[in-house]
Amino acid sequence: MSRNKILIFFTLLLMIPSFSCKKTDKLKDTRPAIALVFDVGGRGDKSFNDSAYNGIEKAKKELNVQFDYIEPGEGADKESALRQLASDKYGLIFGTGFLFTDDINTVAIDFPDKKFACIDYSVDPNKPIPPNVLAIKFKEEEGSFLVGAIAALMTKTNTIGFVGGMDMPLIHKFEAGYLAGARYVNPKINVLVGYAGVTGEAFKNPAKGKEISLSQISKGADIIFHASGSTGLGVFEAARDKKIYAIGVDSDQYYEAPGYILTSMVKNVDVAVYETVEDYLKGSFKGGLKEFGLKEGGVGYVYDEHNKDLIPQTVINKVEELKKMIIEGRIKVPSV
Amino acid sequence: MDDFFKIFSLSLLSQTIRISIPYILAALGATVSELGGVVNIGLEGLILIGAFFSVIGNYYTNNPWLGLLFGVFGGVVFAWLHAYVSIKFRANQIISGIALNIMAVGVTKFFLKFIFHSSSNSSRISGITPINTPLSKIPLIGDIVSSPLIIITIVLIFAVYYTVYKTSFGLRLRSVGENPEAADTLGINVYKIRYIGVLVSGALAALGGVWLAYDQHQFTDGMSGGRGYIALAAMIFGKWDPLLATIASLLFGFAEAIQIQLQTMGINIPVQFIQMIPYALTIIVLALSLSKSQSPSADGIPYEKE
Repeated sequence: MSRNKILIFFTLLLMIPSFSCKKTDKLKDTRPAIALVFDVGGRGDKSFNDSAYNGIEKAKKELNVQFDYIEPGEGADKESALRQLASDKYGLIFGTGFLFTDDINTVAIDFPDKKFACIDYSVDPNKPIPPNVLAIKFKEEEGSFLVGAIAALMTKTNTIGFVGGMDMPLIHKFEAGYLAGARYVNPKINVLVGYAGVTGEAFKNPAKGKEISLSQISKGADIIFHASGSTGLGVFEAARDKKIYAIGVDSDQYYEAPGYILTSMVKNVDVAVYETVEDYLKGSFKGGLKEFGLKEGGVGYVYDEHNKDLIPQTVINKVEELKKMIIEGRIKVPSV
Repeated sequence: MDDFFKIFSLSLLSQTIRISIPYILAALGATVSELGGVVNIGLEGLILIGAFFSVIGNYYTNNPWLGLLFGVFGGVVFAWLHAYVSIKFRANQIISGIALNIMAVGVTKFFLKFIFHSSSNSSRISGITPINTPLSKIPLIGDIVSSPLIIITIVLIFAVYYTVYKTSFGLRLRSVGENPEAADTLGINVYKIRYIGVLVSGALAALGGVWLAYDQHQFTDGMSGGRGYIALAAMIFGKWDPLLATIASLLFGFAEAIQIQLQTMGINIPVQFIQMIPYALTIIVLALSLSKSQSPSADGIPYEKE
């Protein structure tokens, strides 16, 4: 019996370091405390985890807050990570990624005086969003519309491609926007579409991404947009091999294949995070759904010193015009 | 109907070969290991390890061939762990294999962050440059002859077949997988032969990983993408025969290539249905073949010397 107790004790002991919580300040710190739980991938994913981190780093510098984060590993219990933070000093807690939706809902109900924000929250019409939860969504379709227009204006073969990761509604938004944008500027354009799979693995399969791209290139595609996580790195490889252009996603992916990345459809998670912190400090934090589109600066496309030689000015003028029309509501971009 | 025939092009065939390479290598490895009587479901992890170590080797030495050797070496080391616990300590081979898979994910992720400061991918490596010969211009054949790794794979298929069926080592390997007691009484070192079988499987599966990494010129987190399990299915479908396992691997690769082609051509079949093809084929094929397939009698049973 006592041996069992010892075993249980050690098991519990082992569980303590399973969350790598970075305590930045051990002294008494009276600044408002903010915490963030990363998605699988964590810091260094060169994508939205890093973007979220940048947003909060900026907030830390400019808004004088203290900030800690947790990086749960693959399959780790997100709910207990959130719970651990909520029962501590933190007043505002972020969850990065749609996988946090259910866990945040549960924990938010148990801690009604704490504020929560979930990036890429997946809204369920049958389940109300708790009043202390900010559901952050991005209008990926609007950004995708613009890169679709760029692709359609620049293709020489009248054929462009799209490679999606997992076949699911979040990724369909990218596809829908891209198609709409391409067809808006060129109704006769031929768009080839491929998805890498129907499970989460589809975001981590660069070999599949490369094969899909090669197949699209052999059917004439000369610009391919991907929304497929690291599967997209295979798309870039294919672009390199066959000397065509690819379009990156989420963050500026220029450095993954310099010279072959026409532009990237960026999702400014940092903007959303920073604004949320700002609202929280001003006391104007309101729960509910908040969408970040072109108008809010939540999405966009990259045009800087790296790719300004790749895209002609006339194309940029046209795209800027489209951007204005979307912001003014003159173009409605479909999301399915 | 016209579209239907357009699917079958030479590019489809070379795509099939490219997709099948990791399946073939891992399935060959699994065959060797199981003929010797050790189940190796750690293929998935071994592929990942091979991919990662080859990238590390190539990155630091700037020589893809040294990288390849390093990748294979990594596979052998990890396979040795599996061999050690399942042969020496007679642990449950399935559990040891699963442990290997989980460990591979953790190890590669940790060192990816440690060395390349990224949780998603490594820096770019050179990989093996294709050899340009006059033959390279020919479609399909050109793709094959200009890729050293494809040539190595083809050589290995026949080498494994020859070793298993035409050499005394092969005979011993099969005998310790069928009846280790009898083999032992005849003076065969059962442990040693089984060790070799598992280590060879590690080397072959890791080479499959090398192919994946070199094709992408980088390592990406979790890039094995379930290929080890498909290889395992190919081995069972191939009835523990190196050549049949190769054919099964090609079949799975072909199904995947078809699925990609159908999607690209925008043929009006629900995407989920198309994407189901490789997996459905795997299940159907397994269901059809299992009744008749014969695994080595002592497969998965630890041997204890009396």
